[in-house]
Amino acid sequence: MLWDALTLQLGYNATLVAIGAMLLGVSAGAAGTFLFLRKRALVSDAVSHATLPGVAIAFLVMVALGGDGRWLPGLLIGSALSAWAGLWVLERLVARTRLTEDSAIGAVLSVFFGFGIVLLTVIQTLGSGRQAGLEGFLLGSTAGMLMQDAILIAAGGAVTVLALVLIRRPMTLVAFDPDYATARGLPVARIDMAMMLLVMGVTVVGLKIVGLILIVALLIIPAVTARFWSERSDRVVLLAGLLGGVAGYVGAALSASAPNLPTGPIIVLVSFSLFVLSLLFAPGRGVLAAVLRQMAFRRDVHIRQGLLALAQGQPIYEPLTLRLLRRAGLARADGVATDAGRARAAKALRDEARWQVLRADQAHETVAALYDGLRKIETVLTPDQIAEIDRRIGGPRGVPT
Amino acid sequence: MSGAEFVPLSLPPLLIGALAAIACALPGNFLVLRRQALVGDAISHVVLPGIVVAFLITGTVSTWPMLLGAGGAALVAVALIELVRRLGRIEPGAAMGVIFTAMFAAGVLLLEQSDTSSVHLDVEHALYGNLESLIWLDASGWSSLWDLSALAGLPPELPRIAITALVVGGLTWLFWRPLKISTFDEGFARTLGLPTGLIGLGLVAVSAVAAVAAFDAVGSIIVIAMFICPPAAARMMTNRLEVQVLWSVVFAALSAVLGYVLAGYGPLWLGFADAVSAAGMIATVSGIILALCAGFGPCRRRVGVMTQ
Repeated sequence: MLWDALTLQLGYNATLVAIGAMLLGVSAGAAGTFLFLRKRALVSDAVSHATLPGVAIAFLVMVALGGDGRWLPGLLIGSALSAWAGLWVLERLVARTRLTEDSAIGAVLSVFFGFGIVLLTVIQTLGSGRQAGLEGFLLGSTAGMLMQDAILIAAGGAVTVLALVLIRRPMTLVAFDPDYATARGLPVARIDMAMMLLVMGVTVVGLKIVGLILIVALLIIPAVTARFWSERSDRVVLLAGLLGGVAGYVGAALSASAPNLPTGPIIVLVSFSLFVLSLLFAPGRGVLAAVLRQMAFRRDVHIRQGLLALAQGQPIYEPLTLRLLRRAGLARADGVATDAGRARAAKALRDEARWQVLRADQAHETVAALYDGLRKIETVLTPDQIAEIDRRIGGPRGVPT
Repeated sequence: MSGAEFVPLSLPPLLIGALAAIACALPGNFLVLRRQALVGDAISHVVLPGIVVAFLITGTVSTWPMLLGAGGAALVAVALIELVRRLGRIEPGAAMGVIFTAMFAAGVLLLEQSDTSSVHLDVEHALYGNLESLIWLDASGWSSLWDLSALAGLPPELPRIAITALVVGGLTWLFWRPLKISTFDEGFARTLGLPTGLIGLGLVAVSAVAAVAAFDAVGSIIVIAMFICPPAAARMMTNRLEVQVLWSVVFAALSAVLGYVLAGYGPLWLGFADAVSAAGMIATVSGIILALCAGFGPCRRRVGVMTQ
């Protein structure tokens, strides 16, 4: 069943939803990355909640004009206008009053959403069952998706991706260093606004599939996930788009494969699973990598201390040190150094003496600052310099047995 | 309107709304000043999985398990956000966005998967609450306020939220000085020997308690709105924290009362037959108050250099 869903064989509606969700995921992931890099991820929460009154007003207007009221493009235009209004209020609150951005976000999202709920109850009282479907915008509803809805979502996603490709450079610059961008003469405020417009576009397009409460997840989670895998902004954007697309496609397919699996939440949870996997297993920034690094560091410290103890003929009491030395073939179980161990111990002691000379010498001040007990002296000095230091120390004087 | 109509139908929701608003606005003052305003947002989203899990475990829609579940979910969310922030070295806003959306999605999924058709438990209810239905059927007029047998029939949400508001107010009063010092100058607070980390955690915990108790009565929209809008509006009115807290309490109570009245009677005045959502209207009124303060408040401007 799941395989059928993944290979688009569950029928017309499921196929439409899967493709739509994938396109939405790609554009949301890529657009969300800039928001995340600009450290304004939660602004999208305000934008998405601010769409609700627009949807309701558009419905009321279309009904008042004698129309159906559920015409999707009309509802989406309404949602875009009210998201725009929310964004405008947010910017004004931050620029003109003493409120910080987080308070402004919270105020905009709760007030716009509350007003939207008021309008929804107005619509409920208006007439007989005509409001059915508007609640679907809260959590998304893909059951009755039409071909034209899918085309609309696909077109919106394509426009978003195209716009991203066109203005990715200034947006990256502004995200990393707004002051430098200002100094370069870039219109930072307008680039920020363009970024917000893209986010707004994604939100509006995503209303039908994941709903306004969860669209934030599609903007934030893929970007945060992609950040684990690369330190380069262009790759993070590409990866986030890819991860968002995968989450959208797999999530939509999963939700089509069994009853009672709502599309929006499933997409979010698939995206979240990818996030957890990355958090744990990504190379470099992942938790597993950090644990391994920590263990390697501890091993290096223990071996060095053990070698210095061996070199000076001191007994080793720390069981972990002894175990590590034994495993490396440097000492026997009773704590006596092997031949290799004696050689390494002599080298460690000599390196320590070399560092002492180096750190006492003003001429090597910058290099001496690198001393942390673990850094090998060969990595900071040339063989000539080491030979020079060795001349000052004098030749080897034997290793105590 | 006569007492016979007002006391049973409107007094309990009015009181519950006002008390819930005040209970949320009090810790909200400090959250807004500490730039943690969105903690309220996160908490009110994760309450949903909490109550669904509590329902799945106990099998009934009863209050205490739900409150415990919601509180537990809030704690889990705060812990997870902190974990993700530290382990992944992610900025707090994004970490919050990842966790609360995922937990909310899990809550919706659990709700859809479990058989809740027989009980009154759905996403809409969690969002807007049902303030209008909290009526006091045993009352017959103002005299019922002194009638013990009638008082026993009060909606249980009322004493619960009243106790919560009292506890939150008492804690704010008790820890006023450490809270104030650590909010404005954390470094100074630390040199005084105050446990700033513990104070921050305590603030979040009290906010969670207020959010959960208020959520039970009025739904999560009011919770988010009351955490932020009254304190933010109050901040435009004064530069003194004591005065700001008083203003925020006034604004919170005003939003609750005005919002409830407008939702219940506004449509009737305009000639419509039915009331609109009280929760939504209360949030809207608090937004209007905030807008007025942002436009005309005496201390609305930022003083000094903007630091970002």
